[in-house]
Amino acid sequence: MSASKIPEILRKNEGKLLDDWTREQGKIRDLNKRLSEAEVRSQSRQFLQLLQDSVILGNVEDIASDNFKGLRKFLEEVSGSRAQLGFTPSETATFVFSFKQPLFAQIRESIPDPAEQVDEIWSATRLLDKLGLVTTEFYQKSREAIIMRQQQEMLELSTPVVKLWDGVLALPIIGTLDSSRTQIIMESLLERIVETGSELAIIDITGVPTVDTLTAQHLLKTVTAARLMGAECIISGIRPQIAQTIVHLGVELGDIITKASLADAFRVAMQRTGFVVTRRAAVPAKSAAKGE
Amino acid sequence: MEVLRSEIIPVRSSEDVVNVRTSVRKLAAELRFGLVDQTKIVTAASEIARNTLDYGRGGELHMEAVHNGTKNGLRLTFVDRGPGIRDIDQALTDGFTSGNGMGLGLGGTRRLMDDFQVVSKLNEGTTVTITKWTR
Amino acid sequence: MEHIPILRMGDFLLITIQIDMHDRLALQLQDDLTEKIVQCGSRGVLIDISALEVVDSFIGRMLGNIASMSRILDAQTVVVGMRPAVAITLVELGLSLPGIRTALTVERGMQILKADVDASRSGHTDDLEEISDGSTSV
Repeated sequence: MSASKIPEILRKNEGKLLDDWTREQGKIRDLNKRLSEAEVRSQSRQFLQLLQDSVILGNVEDIASDNFKGLRKFLEEVSGSRAQLGFTPSETATFVFSFKQPLFAQIRESIPDPAEQVDEIWSATRLLDKLGLVTTEFYQKSREAIIMRQQQEMLELSTPVVKLWDGVLALPIIGTLDSSRTQIIMESLLERIVETGSELAIIDITGVPTVDTLTAQHLLKTVTAARLMGAECIISGIRPQIAQTIVHLGVELGDIITKASLADAFRVAMQRTGFVVTRRAAVPAKSAAKGE
Repeated sequence: MEVLRSEIIPVRSSEDVVNVRTSVRKLAAELRFGLVDQTKIVTAASEIARNTLDYGRGGELHMEAVHNGTKNGLRLTFVDRGPGIRDIDQALTDGFTSGNGMGLGLGGTRRLMDDFQVVSKLNEGTTVTITKWTR
Repeated sequence: MEHIPILRMGDFLLITIQIDMHDRLALQLQDDLTEKIVQCGSRGVLIDISALEVVDSFIGRMLGNIASMSRILDAQTVVVGMRPAVAITLVELGLSLPGIRTALTVERGMQILKADVDASRSGHTDDLEEISDGSTSV
């Protein structure tokens, strides 16, 4: 098969192709609400320029090759920016697909021989299909990145470390603990220990339904790391099922203090930090309100 | 696997080991590894570099920024032409022995990284390749 | 060759490690320290590692050696300011730093050292009282 004439067609008819394509995109409903005509034109011009650069050596097939690097990068940017503007994947791919009509028209005009025409149109279709699909893939990737970042933020927000008392922190964990969540929790607890200079941290797992070997190990690592830094941890809120699981799994808790309830753990924390809680006459709420 | 960047760092003196830590830290930060991961990578590099110097009689580090199609990674290959490791399996299961520290401590180092590979031949040398990928 | 500075604060010695030490420097520190403990009759050593971004097995062993040697010379050692990333890495490495006391801050570390010294001082006073009672000497 002889070399494709597409590179030449693109080169000789750049202006016309740009005009036709911009007009074609103008027919897309509501496009002008999200992108100005100038933006559409500029993006289209860039695409055409980069497409020419890509096929200049005659390769109109392999879009994974180095020649197409610039074009791929451009499509990634367009995908990203359109995703941010609220375009759907199909709408984004249409940017590329809408170029078919002007290009085919130009091929029909520039190539008289019908058989050759068919060949070139076929090459053009394959090329633009691949490029269109690439934009969809980039779109997917950027969505995934956004979702992952949101998950991360949620993870950080869902396990606050609170100061219970001078030198005593509490970390109430709610929900299942997977590997990545446990690591984040561990890091943020240790950071807070340093920030507040708290020597005691109560890790309460009342809200944790199940504990598997990996989670138990992570908890142990957290306690060991805290100890290395000069702080102690008490694990509280261990439900009977979890106690059974821990024994069953053969996890060695060593000399880590564990308490059934957060209240018990708090009592131990008070003792450890040298505080004494005495009971005096309770102050009823009413007299406080009257300002006595 | 794509190699984005590559650098060779000599490991022939204890100052070189400090240089390894500094260079690895710099690249890890550039590749946007989190702080804890950076520390793990630099610590692992320090361990292996020291082995290369103390047991391997000196060698070099090939430090590479790599890409596996979805994620960035940092790959460190330590090469020496020293006596080699007699029993790799034992070296891998050895923890750190206290006292005179005869253990190579490779087992612990392996836990710090994602990929870990040791190739060693007696009297010919040892190559240790460790890689960590961004999350 | 450079040395890590060792400050004297009464009964105690304070070392702040602020640079990434090469191995020879770390060994030099061990030597300097043992000498200084004897020279000053120090009862405690406080090592501030809050500036250390990396503690590998070599440094870990150095800290362990310092603690052991100091103990032989009747001085306690406290290591303060370990960074979370370092602690997490050490745990993963399997290094437990046995026999080394740690504290979150220099202030807390000093409290611990003082408490140790006070405790052993009152212990010594008790011994003296026993002897002056005229009871059987040891």
